[in-house]
Amino acid sequence: MQKLLNRIAVSVRKSPVIWAIGVLLLAWLAGRARQNPVLFAQFLVDGIRLGFVYALVALGYTMVYGIVRLINFAHGDVFMIGAFAAFFATTRYHWSFVPAMVLAMVVCAFLSVVIERIAYKPLRDAPRISALITAVGMSFFLEYFTALNFVFTPNFIVFAPQPLQFKSWNVLGVTVSNIMFVIIAVGTICLVALYYLVYRTKLGKAMRAVAWDKPTARLMGIDVDLVITFTFALGAALAGVGGMLYVVAYPQIRTFLGVMPGLKSFIAAVFGGIGSIPGAFIGALTIGMVETLAAGYLSSTLRDTIVFSILIIVLLLRPTGLFGEAAKEKA
Amino acid sequence: MTAMLEVKNLHVFYGAIHALQGVDFELNEGEIVTLIGANGAGKSTTLKTISGLLRPRQGSIAFRGVDLTRVSATRIVSLGISQVPEGRKIFAPLTVRENLELGAYTRKDAREIQESMERVFASFPRLKERINQPGGTLSGGEQQMLAMGRGLMSKPQLLLLDEPSMGLSPLLVEEIFRIIVDINAHGTSILLVEQNAAMALSIANRAYVLETGTVALHGPAAELLEKPQVKTAYLGR
Repeated sequence: MQKLLNRIAVSVRKSPVIWAIGVLLLAWLAGRARQNPVLFAQFLVDGIRLGFVYALVALGYTMVYGIVRLINFAHGDVFMIGAFAAFFATTRYHWSFVPAMVLAMVVCAFLSVVIERIAYKPLRDAPRISALITAVGMSFFLEYFTALNFVFTPNFIVFAPQPLQFKSWNVLGVTVSNIMFVIIAVGTICLVALYYLVYRTKLGKAMRAVAWDKPTARLMGIDVDLVITFTFALGAALAGVGGMLYVVAYPQIRTFLGVMPGLKSFIAAVFGGIGSIPGAFIGALTIGMVETLAAGYLSSTLRDTIVFSILIIVLLLRPTGLFGEAAKEKA
Repeated sequence: MTAMLEVKNLHVFYGAIHALQGVDFELNEGEIVTLIGANGAGKSTTLKTISGLLRPRQGSIAFRGVDLTRVSATRIVSLGISQVPEGRKIFAPLTVRENLELGAYTRKDAREIQESMERVFASFPRLKERINQPGGTLSGGEQQMLAMGRGLMSKPQLLLLDEPSMGLSPLLVEEIFRIIVDINAHGTSILLVEQNAAMALSIANRAYVLETGTVALHGPAAELLEKPQVKTAYLGR
């Protein structure tokens, strides 16, 4: 506690303007909250719902970065493919919610493993910028290839009939829906399962070892390539879940739907500290709430500007993010 | 009798750099063999090639009749070769326990792994006190002990040690070398790479002197200690 206070004191002294603006913003928010607490609560609830979807995507960004130091820009488009997989399974083949979600996970995991093998693995020893550019290229490829007329077409498709019948209730003036509960429940299950996998299993230990030092991980007998492939598959499966939940909440789909959530989840991962799993979660909830509050109190046209400003501010003030690891020390 | 490890005419490149230019040596069951030589002579490269991190362009490494140049790094560990790398290379964010468990990554039987861990704690009691601490918070000497304990967790028949004395105080170096002798007495063969030639020669059975990627000299360690070339070049006497 004392340490935290000290760190805050140092930070205030270093950048007083930013802190002043932050405090003013919070005071302003508190004022708005007092004027209409119900509306404020509604924004928070909506923000949490959105934040959980971002969290599922941000985890994939952060895990892949943690293990191969690559910002996988195609991740948002894998999320889109997950949404389409769920869409086809439910509307065309009338699968129910859970099987459709499992399908989205499997399709995304498979796609991501293929992308890793053909596009990223050959570049693993190349300069990092090469793989980054390849990731951007892969992202455009997925967006524009799937937008072709004989694939998914470039048009919006309405996601109906839905796998879940929309129901909502009024709790003390705040509207909550069954979809929101499903998003939070599924998101929480995924997070707990992921945490268990990474911190309590042998495979998770191998993932953390590979993230830290690949040659030494190989000396332990760990199959490094297999662990990397698994990490891509795991992140993509979570994005698949996120993609499905996203289109259940916002039921319009097209091949560019992954762009904005993908970028915002990336910002969430950077904000939380790229490479950190708890950071991605906290970052995603924050970004979700900032987005709904900005849209609600300012204007929905300013919303994205504000979210992207966060990226710039984080990169200027604290490039390692909230929970970011300090630069790895070299022996 | 054939040797446990037999390295023949090993050539390894880093890009265009010809790091090993035909290295030959052998290690018999139960021996401590040391490779000494200056920086850049190819000592670490030799160990990395045995462990499968580097692939030779030419030559062979036979371990009990298996050609290691054709098997994966994972398989090399399960065959019974373990390496304690230069600079310790602890998994800093992971706890002492997790580091040791990773050393036993290729093993399955949880009870046997637990027994190995107890044996490591018997050799390095300090590690037990720090079992739940992140490896990165340990002192240099403790990290060297953790690295060696981790190397022993795979129950190796051959332990490769790369510069275990690096950056340690003379007292700690004494302790580490005493433990190396002890590990060897319990039946593990040891291939030791060292800058500290005097220490290495004092515990080794045989030694090879590497110079710019080839073996310049070899023989029983006690004999090499007396050779004038070795004295002036590596022992500073």
